[in-house]
Amino acid sequence: MIRLEARGGASPIWIYATPFLAAGLTVVAGGILFALLGHPPIEGLYQFFIAPISSLYGLSELFLKATPIVLCAVGLALGFRANIWNIGAEGQLTLGAMLGGGMALAFYDVDTPFLLPLMALAGIAGGMAWASIPAWLKVRFNVNEILVSLMLTYVAVLLLSALVHGPWKDPDGYNFPESRLFHDAALLPVVWDSTRMHVGVLLTLAAVVAAWVILSRTLIGFQVKVVGLAPMAAGYAGFSRKKIIWFVLLVSGGLAGLAGMFEVAGPIGQLTPVISPGYGFTAIIVAFLGRLHPVGILFAGLLVALSYLGGEFVQIEMGMPEAVTGVFQGMLLFFLLASDVLIRYRLRLRSPLEGHSR
Amino acid sequence: MSDTAWIVPTIITVISASTPLLLAALGELVTEKSGVLNLGVEGMMLIGAISAFAVGVTTGNWMLGILAGAIGGVFISLLFAVLTLNFLANQVATGLALTLFGIGLSALIGDSFVGTPFAGLPKLSIPGLSDLPLVGPLIFGHDFLIYISFVMVVAVAWFLNRSKAGLVLRAVGENHDAAHSIGYPVVAIRYMAIMFGGLMSGLAGAFLSLSYTPMWAEDMSAGRGWIALALVVFATWKPYRALLGAYIFGGVTILQLHAQGIGVDIPAQLLSMLPYLATILVMVLISLDSSKLRESAPASLGKIFHPAA
Repeated sequence: MIRLEARGGASPIWIYATPFLAAGLTVVAGGILFALLGHPPIEGLYQFFIAPISSLYGLSELFLKATPIVLCAVGLALGFRANIWNIGAEGQLTLGAMLGGGMALAFYDVDTPFLLPLMALAGIAGGMAWASIPAWLKVRFNVNEILVSLMLTYVAVLLLSALVHGPWKDPDGYNFPESRLFHDAALLPVVWDSTRMHVGVLLTLAAVVAAWVILSRTLIGFQVKVVGLAPMAAGYAGFSRKKIIWFVLLVSGGLAGLAGMFEVAGPIGQLTPVISPGYGFTAIIVAFLGRLHPVGILFAGLLVALSYLGGEFVQIEMGMPEAVTGVFQGMLLFFLLASDVLIRYRLRLRSPLEGHSR
Repeated sequence: MSDTAWIVPTIITVISASTPLLLAALGELVTEKSGVLNLGVEGMMLIGAISAFAVGVTTGNWMLGILAGAIGGVFISLLFAVLTLNFLANQVATGLALTLFGIGLSALIGDSFVGTPFAGLPKLSIPGLSDLPLVGPLIFGHDFLIYISFVMVVAVAWFLNRSKAGLVLRAVGENHDAAHSIGYPVVAIRYMAIMFGGLMSGLAGAFLSLSYTPMWAEDMSAGRGWIALALVVFATWKPYRALLGAYIFGGVTILQLHAQGIGVDIPAQLLSMLPYLATILVMVLISLDSSKLRESAPASLGKIFHPAA
């Protein structure tokens, strides 16, 4: 019989070891999954984890894929630290894509270097506006932010769909529900020749560093952590919980909005009914896997981005459904949550003598 | 549409739209009464939907399909139970994980079932009674799961308020440490409550894929699991109010479909937003009276239980 014994505090080793343990367990379980689906496991794992990044182009695609996920996750992690559960990054991303892309359409064929910054600002504003709804409802009426931010995701996707099916539809597009293709001044410059990797990838790195600095070196970052870890202490110290709620939701919404703008001004290049295959939800996994730390999130984001590329590879090379990606991501989070027990508890074998101590 | 002939069919569609919400909300209500917040309803619903559809189509037997939906829901909920009760994982994070995993796994299993037709569930037909005007189609013309949903409202209300086991379950949800010290098996009771939630979400999913829209489509629950979660709060953890809430939401859904049907000049997407916006509105209204919300919520909801052995 195995018993859990509380440690005095969190184990510093296991905090960093469990993400690796979870990743390892996911690989093993993934091999079993491939075998169950009737495919050779080693070959499957190779196609899933290795083949996508075995070329320089593959690496550039990995960075490109990780960009929106990391941007969303950095913002979400800030909120999770303060116990604010924004799970509507997907909707905030969609609003950012919509407003950012809307600027590209409003200034169609206008050739100015100011257009991209304008689009980025519009994207950030869109994400912030969408996140401000749960923030305001939480601060004013104490409404649960989980459900509000999630419901708004469905609303955002429907709003974008209404626009690209209606007023924003490409006039020369044979009635497809898509906007015009953006003109060159509305597309992010590529920073790595003969790949699709755009300047947004570098800006994401900057955002990771900025988030790290905010968390570790500023008063507001300190307040965020205290509100999450010790709400009572935060109250005695006079930290405003409302201010923290607004701060984390606006930052996470803004980052998600920027991610959406990067997608439409980057790899997609136009507005389509669906901008993201769930990056905003995947970011939740990445935030936890990265231990809610910006640098951890960067690496976790790369690993999870690989699961998207891997899903495409096993689909093309082995004819497996692309949904394998979602299963891998879910397993990863499950294994992480399960192994996290080791951070606060140690496993002890119950000796027969102790058995009847109660 | 000149006379009142549309009323009965409309009510019937409202019943259909409300049933999955009601089933899932009742399950989650019991889970939450035991002190466990399972945000994985959407994922469990999808697993229930694909299990029911896969078995229903391959065996051609709708009863086996419903059974499979229920079993699928229970199995996937066990994952949540093990993680939160044995591994002491955060319930919010684990619930989210369950939903993400459920979406992925159901899409994977359902990949080969996309586009497969299914006949739907047989409607109850009692010669004589079913032909009665008004009452016939309203009371005697439904499928099995709709009747189950009403029976479960009464059963859950009786269980929670009138039975000894229900009292113990509520005690565990109010104060798990006190319940533990009296000698109640907190973990075992919560296992049961979580499995009941999985069973009901599984049935809700089975209703979606076998009856409401008899087919499989990825992510077909379209947020109903989350709406069911909101309904539990709306209902202040009372089964009869969950029934009321589910039917208000079902009504909003059908209102929106009908408005599209009779050609209201608003883009379809804007009307489709109504159930989600209504959920937010309801959450705001219910939060206005925060003291009432606080006293009706199970006091140990979402807290991790680890007895100091």
